[in-house]
Amino acid sequence: MLRIKNLSVYYGYVHAIKDISLEVKEGELLVILGANGAGKSTLLGTAAGLIKPAAGEILFNNKAVTGQTSEQIVSKGISLIPEKREIFTTLTVLDNLLLGAFHRYRKNKEGLKNDIKEILGIFPALKGRERDLAGSLSGGLQQMLAIGRGLMSRPALLLLDEPSVGLAPLIVQEIMAILVNLKKTGVTIVLVEQNTKSALKVADSVLVMERGGITHRGSPLEITANSSIQEAYLGRARS
Amino acid sequence: MGEQLLQLLFSGLTVGSIYSLMGLSIVSLFNITGILNLAQGEFVVIGALIAVSLCSIGMPMIVVFPVSILLAALLGGLIERLTINRARGASNLNMLIITIGISISLRGLALLIWGTDTYSLPAFTKGGPLFLGGAALNPQSIWIFALAVVNFAGMYLFFEHTYWGKAVKASVNNRTGARLQGINPHTISLLAFVTAGGLGAAAGVSIGPITMVTYDMGFMLGVKGFVAAAIGGLSNVSGAVIGGLFLGILEAFSSGLISSSLKDAISIIILILVLLFRPEGIIGAKRERKI
Ligand SMILES: Nc1ncnc2c1ncn2[C@@H]1O[C@H](COP(=O)(O)OP(=O)(O)OP(=O)(O)O)[C@@H](O)[C@H]1O
Ligand SMILES: [Mg+2]
Repeated sequence: MLRIKNLSVYYGYVHAIKDISLEVKEGELLVILGANGAGKSTLLGTAAGLIKPAAGEILFNNKAVTGQTSEQIVSKGISLIPEKREIFTTLTVLDNLLLGAFHRYRKNKEGLKNDIKEILGIFPALKGRERDLAGSLSGGLQQMLAIGRGLMSRPALLLLDEPSVGLAPLIVQEIMAILVNLKKTGVTIVLVEQNTKSALKVADSVLVMERGGITHRGSPLEITANSSIQEAYLGRARS
Repeated sequence: MGEQLLQLLFSGLTVGSIYSLMGLSIVSLFNITGILNLAQGEFVVIGALIAVSLCSIGMPMIVVFPVSILLAALLGGLIERLTINRARGASNLNMLIITIGISISLRGLALLIWGTDTYSLPAFTKGGPLFLGGAALNPQSIWIFALAVVNFAGMYLFFEHTYWGKAVKASVNNRTGARLQGINPHTISLLAFVTAGGLGAAAGVSIGPITMVTYDMGFMLGVKGFVAAAIGGLSNVSGAVIGGLFLGILEAFSSGLISSSLKDAISIIILILVLLFRPEGIIGAKRERKI
């Protein structure tokens, strides 16, 4: 579904992504692990059009989307839930969700009410808070709102950048369960996480990144069995 | 005495409505794009001068008004694409300097096309002044006041009750978040300048019958609009409207009761006082960030 070939990304002189190639298969939940600064966010940001790559190719459903703007990419069916959530704090929860459908708003306004209902069904904790300002929500609810807003674009591919950061374990579990359910509805998911254990539980396959490159690929079992990865990531993050 | 004061109040409200309109345009463009547009006064003048030309070929005012707005809106959009859009990512100071450049260029253009003559525009409605409590009120003043009200209400409705208004607010609140939903900040910047051009022309055509029109009147209008905006703290729309009315009334009373040479000095003094002691504005609270 998403194919990345020999991708390189720079920030000035910092070579943040070094010649990475990878494939995300339709219907899978791919987890990307890696320490701080490994380049995980840069990889997702580039796939979502926020950052322009220096070299390489990004194909979505066999069509090149390399170098397109994020506005173009979201309309193709890729939605990024960024690390900092980037919700509209001064707007209501309802408006945040409505704006998630911006790229398809002109085509079908009528469906929006149902879609909102559906999203509130997925995140019942947001029910009753529709008129509240998004900035007044707790961290967990803001994360759910960010995911809900991303889903409003009806993505085929959902990119999530550390959704569990700063959240209580119970809420992390809730979010992981929601991701598994989303996968069942046919959404392909790429999940970047440092909260390794809970992520490995839901993963179909796993990539490990280090200093801008991919060091390991495998099934969750293979990754768990690998002692060097164990030491580097699994020993530290507990959930 | 009472009649004289009422008369001053009327002319203060008229001039104040003009300043409010200016302030409103400056503040909304600033809120949306982070750019302080020092060329807003030139948009007003160009709009009014376009109307002068359209009138001179015999078009009725009812057609002239929308056509001038349309043409000035196009001009606003064209300028955005040729200057602001080219300078994407430039600092706000650089953007400010660019708007000064736009202002000088537009004034030059107006001089080339329309020369240094003073033009007049016909009032929207025929008939003499109305007398209220012994003071005369020019019907055109009511039109200007109405335009300010409609402008203000329109802006409120747009931002609070339309999907696009919310998209603009979202883009101001969080540019990255907005881009990820498919909201293009460059389109919003274009629309903001198109609107600024159109609103400028609406103001120009409405005030023309009262103030007359010359190619170089934009600068002082821009300054007054900026003072109105600054009174409201630059980002507060209602603050700018109230600020404009306040400034107009203050000018009218000081020139009527003390000396008319004070008129322009007043606004500069207010500007300096506000910037020195209340940079967040006299009216309204501070707001943190814009795009
Ligand atoms: N805007 C930027 N300007 C310059 N360098 C950057 C920028 N963003 C990231 N970097 C650098 O690029 C590299 C990769 O950063 P990135 O944020 O992609 O890592 P990450 O794996 O997401 O880390 P984290 O787990 O902390 O989120 C790091 O060395 C970082 O310092
Ligand atoms: Mg990151």
